[in-house]
Amino acid sequence: MAVRTLTELLEAAFPGDEVAVEDRTGGGDHFQVTVASRRFEGLSLVEQHRLVYDALATPLADGTIHELRIKTRGAS
Amino acid sequence: MSDEIRDQVKGIIDGEDVALFMKGTPQFVMCGNSHRALEALRRAGAPVTAVDVLPDPRIREELSTLSGWPTIPQVFVRGELVGGADIVEELEASGELEQTLREKLGDEYRGGEERVVAVA
Repeated sequence: MAVRTLTELLEAAFPGDEVAVEDRTGGGDHFQVTVASRRFEGLSLVEQHRLVYDALATPLADGTIHELRIKTRGAS
Repeated sequence: MSDEIRDQVKGIIDGEDVALFMKGTPQFVMCGNSHRALEALRRAGAPVTAVDVLPDPRIREELSTLSGWPTIPQVFVRGELVGGADIVEELEASGELEQTLREKLGDEYRGGEERVVAVA
């Protein structure tokens, strides 16, 4: 359920890009998200992760996400 | 007061060579991501000053307001946000973390002792 919400938020923020969300523990609150986007090109890792955090601001603020791991890369 | 906490957090960010805001302490880590960041910093030989954010929720609030970074842990080198656990691990693995530490702290940065600072 939460995986779908997170996936939809990321797809809305990174339209047409490669987005993957994994529930790491099965508990619905520890996630690994991977985003590959051309928007990341030329940005530092901090700037790239900030874009992901921006997309997930609501579930981060309301406690849906207890732990988040982020992997970003430019589109290949 | 929150202003005092903010001043203390800012003082640590600006004043410490390597500041790690984490859940728990290096002796008793309370979160997997904090553990990952700490271990990556140790592998790079960073002189870590650790701050436990758990004793008072305002520490985390003020920290995230200052840094614009929503999650814990947060790592700063000489006042600049390096990132959270994922970034620190990635930079350590690629050798960039050591390079940053050398550039900012000098070639002799290794061997500094690990410290814990309390915000209260």
